Amino acid sequence: MSDTPDDLRYASTHEWARLDDGSVVVGISDHAQDALGDVVYVELPELGQEVQAGEEVAVVESVKAASDIYAPVGGVVEAINEALDDGPEVVNQDPYGDGWFFQITPDDETQLEDLLNAEAYAEQCAAEQD
Amino acid sequence: MPDGYRKTALHDACIAAGAKMAPFAGWTLPLHFGSQIAEHRAVRAAAGLFDVSHMAIFDISGTGALTLLRDVLAGDAARLTSEGQAFYTVMLDESAGIIDDLLAYRQRGGYRLVANAANRQAVGAWLRGRAGPDVTVTERNLAMLALQGPQALALFETAYSAGVDRLGSFHAMTLGDWTLARTGYTGEAGLEIMLPNADAPGLWARLIAVGAAPAGLGARDTLRLEAGLKLHGQDMDNGTTPLEASLAQTVHWQPPERHFIGREALAKQAAEGARTRLFGLVLEGRGVLRSGQRVLAGQGEGLVTSGIFSPSLGYSIAFVRLPSDATGPAEVLIRGKRQRASLVRPPFVRRGRPAFQKID
Repeated sequence: MSDTPDDLRYASTHEWARLDDGSVVVGISDHAQDALGDVVYVELPELGQEVQAGEEVAVVESVKAASDIYAPVGGVVEAINEALDDGPEVVNQDPYGDGWFFQITPDDETQLEDLLNAEAYAEQCAAEQD
Repeated sequence: MPDGYRKTALHDACIAAGAKMAPFAGWTLPLHFGSQIAEHRAVRAAAGLFDVSHMAIFDISGTGALTLLRDVLAGDAARLTSEGQAFYTVMLDESAGIIDDLLAYRQRGGYRLVANAANRQAVGAWLRGRAGPDVTVTERNLAMLALQGPQALALFETAYSAGVDRLGSFHAMTLGDWTLARTGYTGEAGLEIMLPNADAPGLWARLIAVGAAPAGLGARDTLRLEAGLKLHGQDMDNGTTPLEASLAQTVHWQPPERHFIGREALAKQAAEGARTRLFGLVLEGRGVLRSGQRVLAGQGEGLVTSGIFSPSLGYSIAFVRLPSDATGPAEVLIRGKRQRASLVRPPFVRRGRPAFQKID
């Protein structure tokens, strides 16, 4: 059973989002990293890039396949996790901590409310496994 | 796992070891046991243990066995002069397309062929269709384990004291009704062990107990590609010849009077020159090479047939089918962007280190 912390919001495309002092930190869920297998490469957005909610902004490549990462909210990319360049395996080891992907200054914080809560996301994952 | 997939004798043992199972060629098999990359590294550094019981095993016996094999294999089975000798070769159709690549062993009372699971029906039908009344083709229902890595032989000796450390490469011996062969699909030293299904869980447990790491199909794929070994269905198929698959060494042209199926078509292609062949590709730019990606090289373009992130090298490598006279450097289209790559001569990795030569 994968881990879905209660204090995060989730996109149906398996990104998590955490509001942290006015900005939104984004990564992929424990369920997603488990389904992908060992992560070997992450292509991150550009610093300062303007993104729309639902837009493809990054790519995660695992031993199995390449998957697109979508921005869960719109805004401006203000930080990217450059440590993923040399150590992409941290996405598997610590998906909700050191394995974060990027941070967005949101145009509108209330967009987070359009995302799933932990319970709804866990239900979606359980349904996918059936 | 959906119903209808065959389970090996090691299914429960693999689940107990934490396997994530996946469907493959009609079987449910371990894809990995937690981390495919960790399993890959265990094989390069020490020893890994694979359940490869899905492989198709055919025993060929009877007075006409050798005649049949000399007809259906591009390698000459007459070169298997003593019990236990083996070689890697291909089975061709009349137009020299590769029906399958396989291992042929001489054994007591005849020969054994070990073919790909996905080609079980095709290989069985081809053999039976050409076997005369003096040949018996028996498909065996055996378990098969591969113990691979620099410590594989020593580990097996610790567990069984069978003398496998004195066995030559591409040679097999028997231990009771087990066959122990110095063969594999990883580029490392090691054994492939064929044995009755009932014995398989005991062998699995014993080898794990002495230190072998369970490894899955994912690691098997990255290990074989690093070693420069091709996969039927990806790097070659019925539409490619051994020359186009860069497998010329599997064809024995001598003696010239031996007829084998596909010989005429292949000789004609050899005289004219094959239009395409497989090259190694090493990614210099960013991303991961995957099958189907377009490659632009000097003298033409082609498609990646197998691509992986190489755990031993820390970057991506692939096989690519290109015009035979292609030259490097090359570019690969990855999600619409051009990335730099080098054409190389495989193997990519030997003893855990880079082993390829660039082709400029």
